[in-house]
Amino acid sequence: MDYKALGLVAGIEIHQQLDTQEKLFCRCPTTLREIAEHNAEFSRYLRATVSEMGEIDRAAKEEMKSDRMFRYYAYDTTCLVENDEEPPAPMNDEALTVCLTIAKMFGMTPVPQVHTMRKLVIDGSNTSGFQRTALVAFNGALPDGGQIETICLEEEAAQRVKDEVFSLDRLGIPLVEITTAPCMHSPEEVQNVAEYIGMVLRSTGRVKRGLGTIRQDVNISIAAGARVEIKGVQDLDLIAEVVRREVQRQTNLLAIRDELRRRGAAIDATAGVEVTSLFRETKSAVLKKAKKIHAIVLKGFAGMVGREIQPERRLGSEMSDYAKKCGVGGIFHTDELPAYGVTADEVLHLRSFMKAAEQDCVILVAGTSEKQASCAIGQVITRAAIALSDTPVPEETRRMLESGSTAYMRPLPGAARMYPETDVLPVQIDDRRWNAVDVPELLTAKADRFVAAYGIERNYALQLAASGKLPLIERAVSEGIKPKLAVFTILSTATELRRDGVDVAKIEDQELLDLWHAVEDGKAAREAIPDVLRSVAAGSSVAEALEKLAPLVSREDLVAIVRKILAERKEFVAQKGMAALGPLMGVVMAEVRGSVDGKMVSEVLKTEIAAVVSPKNP
Amino acid sequence: MAVIKLGSGYNIGIPPGVCTFIERPVQAPAKSSDIPHNPNLPSLSIVSTGGTIASRIDYRTGSVTSQFNASDILVAIPELASVANYRTIPLATILSENMTPAIWQQLARAVYDEIRGGAAGIIVTHGTDTMAYSAAALSFMIDTPVPVVFVGSQRSADRPSSDNAMNAICAAAAATSDLGEVAVVMHATTSDDTCAIHRGTRVRKMHTSRRDAFRSLGIPPVGSVEYPSRKVTLAPDAVRRGARTPALHEHLDPDCALIQFYPGMSPRILEAYEGYHGLVIAGTGLGHTSTELIPPLKRLVANGTMIVMTSQCMNGRVCDRVYDTGRDLLDAGLIEGGDMLPEVALVKLMWVLGNEKDRSKAAAMMARDLKGECTRRTPHGL
Repeated sequence: MDYKALGLVAGIEIHQQLDTQEKLFCRCPTTLREIAEHNAEFSRYLRATVSEMGEIDRAAKEEMKSDRMFRYYAYDTTCLVENDEEPPAPMNDEALTVCLTIAKMFGMTPVPQVHTMRKLVIDGSNTSGFQRTALVAFNGALPDGGQIETICLEEEAAQRVKDEVFSLDRLGIPLVEITTAPCMHSPEEVQNVAEYIGMVLRSTGRVKRGLGTIRQDVNISIAAGARVEIKGVQDLDLIAEVVRREVQRQTNLLAIRDELRRRGAAIDATAGVEVTSLFRETKSAVLKKAKKIHAIVLKGFAGMVGREIQPERRLGSEMSDYAKKCGVGGIFHTDELPAYGVTADEVLHLRSFMKAAEQDCVILVAGTSEKQASCAIGQVITRAAIALSDTPVPEETRRMLESGSTAYMRPLPGAARMYPETDVLPVQIDDRRWNAVDVPELLTAKADRFVAAYGIERNYALQLAASGKLPLIERAVSEGIKPKLAVFTILSTATELRRDGVDVAKIEDQELLDLWHAVEDGKAAREAIPDVLRSVAAGSSVAEALEKLAPLVSREDLVAIVRKILAERKEFVAQKGMAALGPLMGVVMAEVRGSVDGKMVSEVLKTEIAAVVSPKNP
Repeated sequence: MAVIKLGSGYNIGIPPGVCTFIERPVQAPAKSSDIPHNPNLPSLSIVSTGGTIASRIDYRTGSVTSQFNASDILVAIPELASVANYRTIPLATILSENMTPAIWQQLARAVYDEIRGGAAGIIVTHGTDTMAYSAAALSFMIDTPVPVVFVGSQRSADRPSSDNAMNAICAAAAATSDLGEVAVVMHATTSDDTCAIHRGTRVRKMHTSRRDAFRSLGIPPVGSVEYPSRKVTLAPDAVRRGARTPALHEHLDPDCALIQFYPGMSPRILEAYEGYHGLVIAGTGLGHTSTELIPPLKRLVANGTMIVMTSQCMNGRVCDRVYDTGRDLLDAGLIEGGDMLPEVALVKLMWVLGNEKDRSKAAAMMARDLKGECTRRTPHGL
């Protein structure tokens, strides 16, 4: 696809959790918990409130279409602030410092006074109905000439357990939101910028690691389309694909509009028609269960509702997402019927009842009430009208699906979603504070230094930078551990163990250091490392694991063992001479069970064989 | 610092010297309430006094302040229209820490006028800090045949999670119910599931911030309202609609005070209360002060101050006959306040002294239950 010709413009927002002691607006630890550990539950409703300027935000209004009760899980590591039962504490200064550090790394300008805002979010993910966020700095630069518009310090939302149930452990963890200008023009460029920003963030050593700790939102538009914000791209490798698919979606929506207009398509109705009685005897479980079924005819839409706009997504999927805002499970449309238990006869009956011609598409929604069904059909009409309009690509917030395609979430929020957080005092960023912020070395620069200093291959050094274990390696080296031992453990051994299903994340840095020291001191063999780590990951200490898996063998012990083995195989040694070394290595290693480094074994064995084969004192 | 709202909606602070004022965006005019009258629904009156249920940002301090009046509340909580028709009477827009006995009197007159005007029930929106005081004041000042329901919110109305809507809807349900007394209706739990109906003379704010801060002390709540079903359940001893004949006794004697005794409290503090007509002491335990305070207390009584002893324990009954300091306090002329809450005793004392000039009759009234403020027996389990 010629992205330049299509006028692709993209920007990204990166959300990165910070690794601080306490949450952003309360004193709780930033620890994630197992769902089963929750020790309290409560439930709440949320309603949209007006902004300072007296308006209700359009995205919030959309979420209000259904009265939803949210349920929250609380823990012994959460408090009344997460429960929205206590005013917030002052902004966490540690988090602000990390945010300022990142701002400085991008050459940004801090605001003189930081004001915390409430960003209205009433999808249940914040008990308060808003996310606290503050603009901290603006105008940063990227190495390739791109621009970073702003950095904000925000509180993380609660984790959705399922449906309307949320877990409060994550709520309030500090995160930075970095927003670039719409300065990218190809899918690969977007991915590269995201990778670069991620690397800068990790260079601070103060950000959380692991799945879900960094999320990218991508803003995309093509010239004839519209700005769409895709939320929650967790996998960096998918970013370029997400951009490609969005361009594809916008292009196809434009093509569908042109085809609809060529056909003279129209939406005559302003409301649905009740067709509940047509499905009294249906085999479709959804329709049978429904209290009210409404239908509408979209004139000239046949074939278009079911047309694919990106992999696994059709115009019908978009209509379905809109309808779901009213609480229904989705829609049925005649482009995909008969199916889902709806028979060909029923479709014929429905078409004739609705007086639908062959080129028309009939849409069905099944609701639990008149209100719900008419709300849902209203949403379908709204979305169909957009498909036919001058702007067939609506400005939307969308969420990424697993494959890289996207689904509609809500309209793009406007400035009306922002309200001052009256419970938090503004914070001054004066020159003294800004000048005191230290800028850490970039991981890429560190990797280069590492290559030069320790003779490690550049791709290993870069992998290390990406792994975030560079500080550990540096510490190890400074404590006298050989760089190759540490690097090999991190990049190769740990990766293999992880693939075997070992929970490597449970191994503390200090435990790795202890193990490396043991190896360097000859107290354990390199060969024992994987088994020791397995055991440590399963909960035992390094000392315990070493004792069990690699009992101490002194050099004298080793010499004694080697002599015993040589004595038992006198003839073999006499016959093979020094060539006996290879076969006997395995025998000795089996005997010492990995508790001695292979190099030492080989050394001792060599000396002892030499002594037997060509005795100096015959 | 000058606060600037950016196009993104974010605010930032900029030193005044570095920016130039161009214009201030106009705030969208508040939507006017156009609530249709439904002849099948009862008529309620909403008297608004302010508080968090009707609070918005204050650009003077950047914190929240009371700004809404009753019709704003109806616009903000449209579900109220399905419970009743409303007359709205904006009485004050104050945070409740600024409430005074004089405003209690205005409030009592306004509520009484609505009762006489035929309202099926009255809702008083009020800040939560001193809501219990006002509820107690109205309990004594008005004999009401209809529910007079105080309601507020613990979390400000400008947040989507505010408890204002549910509290107001439950208050409206209680105000149309079979209740016939002054009550406080607020969240019963941290969840949006039930509101408790508390008797105006037995209720206390027991938490600074939680939704379920209000608790009945010494008695169970007189009822509950389920949400969102709005089902009202009344306890057997809740005063029923029509049980009392409307009357207004609006006099109060504001020259009364409430002090809390603490170990080592200086007798000189009591000098400040010379000339007061009434004084309530929240004593320790069964109702004690130190022996050192007894002579100056005796002097206050001799000079005409009526002194009532209550307990800072909040739960349980005063008994000054167990220990010698207690007996000395009784000898000094103090009145035992039974199981009255200290602040309820204060409000009652203002009301009694405002309406009964005969000292011995007034003292007898202080010891007698008037509006459920003191019980004759202390049930177990509370």
